[in-house]
Amino acid sequence: MIEKNVEDNARNLVQTTVNRIETVLLSVQKIPESLACFLENSSYSREELLHILRVVVENNKEIYGSAIAFEPYGFDRKSQYFAPYYYKCDGLTEFTDLGKGSYRYLDWDWYQIPKELNRPDWSEPFFDVEGGNILMATYSVPFYRKGGGKREFMGIVTADVSLRWLEEVASSIKVLQTGYGFLISKNGTIVTHPLKNLIMNETLFGVAEAREDSGFREIGRKMIRGETGFVPFRSLVSEKQCWMYYTPIPANGWSLAVLFPQDEFMADINRLCRIVILLGIIGLFLLSIAIVLISRSITNPLRAMAKATEKIAIGNLDIELPPIKSQDEVGKLTSSFHYMKSSLKQYIQELTETTAAKERIESELKIAHDIQMSFLPKRFPPFPDRREFEIYATLEPAKEVGGDLYDFFLISDDHLFCSIGDVSGKGVPAALFMAVTKTLMKRIGEHMIDPSEVLARVNQELCLENDSTMFVTVFCGVLNLKTGEFRFSNAGHNPPLILRTGKNPEWLQVPEGLLMGVVEDTIYKTERVFLNPGDGILLYTDGVTEAMSKEKIAYSERKLMSTIKESKSGTPEELIREVMQSIKEFAEGEPPSDDITLLAFQFNGKKG
Amino acid sequence: MVRILCFFLMLIFSGASPVDAAQEILRKASLIPQWSPQAQFAGYYVAYEKGMYRRYHMDLTILPGGPHSPSSEFLEKRKADFSTLWLSTAIQKRSQGLKLVNIAQILQRSALMLVAKKSRGIYKPEDMDGKKVGLWRAEFQIQPKAFFKKYRLHVKVIPQSYSVNLFLREGIDVASAMWYNEYHTILNSGLNPKDLTTIFFYEHGLNFPEDGIYTLEETFKKDPSLSCAFVKASIEGWQYAFSHPEEALDIVLKYMLRAGVPANRVHQRWMLNRMKELILPSDQQISVGKLQPSDYGRVAQELKESNFIKMIPDYQSFFVECDNRAEK
Repeated sequence: MIEKNVEDNARNLVQTTVNRIETVLLSVQKIPESLACFLENSSYSREELLHILRVVVENNKEIYGSAIAFEPYGFDRKSQYFAPYYYKCDGLTEFTDLGKGSYRYLDWDWYQIPKELNRPDWSEPFFDVEGGNILMATYSVPFYRKGGGKREFMGIVTADVSLRWLEEVASSIKVLQTGYGFLISKNGTIVTHPLKNLIMNETLFGVAEAREDSGFREIGRKMIRGETGFVPFRSLVSEKQCWMYYTPIPANGWSLAVLFPQDEFMADINRLCRIVILLGIIGLFLLSIAIVLISRSITNPLRAMAKATEKIAIGNLDIELPPIKSQDEVGKLTSSFHYMKSSLKQYIQELTETTAAKERIESELKIAHDIQMSFLPKRFPPFPDRREFEIYATLEPAKEVGGDLYDFFLISDDHLFCSIGDVSGKGVPAALFMAVTKTLMKRIGEHMIDPSEVLARVNQELCLENDSTMFVTVFCGVLNLKTGEFRFSNAGHNPPLILRTGKNPEWLQVPEGLLMGVVEDTIYKTERVFLNPGDGILLYTDGVTEAMSKEKIAYSERKLMSTIKESKSGTPEELIREVMQSIKEFAEGEPPSDDITLLAFQFNGKKG
Repeated sequence: MVRILCFFLMLIFSGASPVDAAQEILRKASLIPQWSPQAQFAGYYVAYEKGMYRRYHMDLTILPGGPHSPSSEFLEKRKADFSTLWLSTAIQKRSQGLKLVNIAQILQRSALMLVAKKSRGIYKPEDMDGKKVGLWRAEFQIQPKAFFKKYRLHVKVIPQSYSVNLFLREGIDVASAMWYNEYHTILNSGLNPKDLTTIFFYEHGLNFPEDGIYTLEETFKKDPSLSCAFVKASIEGWQYAFSHPEEALDIVLKYMLRAGVPANRVHQRWMLNRMKELILPSDQQISVGKLQPSDYGRVAQELKESNFIKMIPDYQSFFVECDNRAEK
């Protein structure tokens, strides 16, 4: 775009200058042309001719000298050469005949070229040494004698023109600081140039040869061919890179070139560029500050939030969250965090309360369990001074408080009461029900020897206030320590095992009886069996037979039977420990889902 | 005391400058080149500036040559002891009775040539038939005319001036040119070598060696060693110029400025380079400065046939070989 502008400027400048030169040249051309026209169309005497020529030279300030050169014998049959020439010298108009003396005008370019070309021609520029070293050029016009349809060459009319004005025009061209114009002739001879030593002494091609620059030579060739162009060019004066616009002067085929220094043209643009770059840098700097500030305004609440969440993460819900300042995403996030914090806080508060309540209940349950366990006789051997029997019992509580119970006591010196039971359900109600049952059993059992009656009485008592419809299975029996008679009754409980010395254990045939706490008037039966010394009875609850292995297989009666069968244990304690061990191995670490209760006694007879 | 000092001073001066002593036996001599100063005569100016003539015990004066000072006239009128001349000019002068002798044929080849624009349809000699040919006067016409005869060409001869503008403006189709001068002017007027058809006469059996060194027979006989010293020193000057072209150009340009002729270094460089090829043709084994009898015979024969001379001067008396005659 800039180049285009420069080119337009250049074209205007050069074209204007060329037009100025052209105007002068054309006006100068008119003079010898009209003189030639006069010579072709008029008859004239020698005196008339000289007069006209003198007037032409005197009256035209542009014309330094003018000659009319005739072909040999062309003017006068007597003289071979005739070429009158008037020229200005020191303000006077002088005359000479170029035909006289050794000056052979026929061989000179100003004569020969228009003659051979049959057309007017501007000569190459030359320095007129005699006339004060003025740069001159000659315009030569051939004239002819017409007649008989033929044109016979008669001679040449010339006008010598001082080119001082041309030098002034060309050297007045100044472009910025170092731009300049120069003029070359048709041969490429440098006619005007800021470098004076080039003028008339060098052609563009000589300069190109000296600089070994073939591109330069090519430009010169285009210039002398009369082309117009706009090309990059290195200044001969400043060696700066320039644009050069050149165009021919149509009248004489010379070429005018004007150089436009690129850097000077670009100076403004470069300054503008520098300002733009500076502005850009400042703008970028300000922008980055703004970006930092904005991003800080976004990340600061986020960072504060991150810090707050860290504290929240380690459990500090009382931390003060950053205030909600804006309605954007960060603001929304902050408010969500506020909500989350309060929700968490509330939730944790509730959780704390719940846990506290649960812990309280659990501790109460624990107490209940402890109370339950404290009901049961746990001191073994319970009767160290009695050798007629040995008794042992254990209750392995389930995780929750269960409802198993066992008890034994001596009704009298000769009678041992023992019972085992299992309350339906679990938890505190079961424990309480068990406690009630056990208390009732003890209270009633101490006064009665018939087990069925004990069960019937206990049942009546249980049914009385049993709104919760809980029930309990109980097996109880009374062993006569003198006779070995064992009277027993059953209220829906698992049949115990009878272990006779030297025999396989077998299930005790228990009378049928409804479990207690359901029907008030239930009647229970008492059965009896005689134990020989060494014989024993094993009571258990369904926690034994229903103990589960990992594969959810029940321990079962059969396994219990086989365990006891294979047992080599002598005392009830050893037997119970062995069974418990067997159950533990079977369960493979599974916690018992129900209380596991075992009670065994061995009748030793009187001899012990 | 003062006497002793003076004596010593005299001793020092006489001992310190043997040149002064030698100067006493320097032989005075003068040279006139056949044209104004330019690289065509670089060897002589260089030999002078670099002290070669002095080394051969000569006190040489180079006279300003040019169109107004015909060198043969200077020789004839004994205004100069030595001059350069074209071989053809010298033969003519000798046959006209001027007893001059060639003591060295410096140029071995003719630099005269014809140049035509290919754009005018001229590619080979035959294409010149019927064309306008610019010829210089006198001996410059001998070769071209012999050439036209050889190729049976009928051309319109136009007298050619010193410039080549008539040719450049296409007022003539073929121009005469010296290879070392006008041909380069044409090139430096914007014509490329490939735009031009060139006719070198030496390529067409018309080798007329040009510049040689001449002296009068009597000058030579009086002191042959002086003539031969001049030749030796001049050849050394040429050799120095060719091996130090830029220095030689500086010297030539200095003389040109002194003579007030336009001095263009590029043009003079071209001329010096061409002189080297003309003096020491790279494709020929020639001892520098020797006039080949064949060249002499050819030029003399052509001059006779063109009626420039009536009788061919004897080669033996025309050319004097200077081998071993110079004394340092």
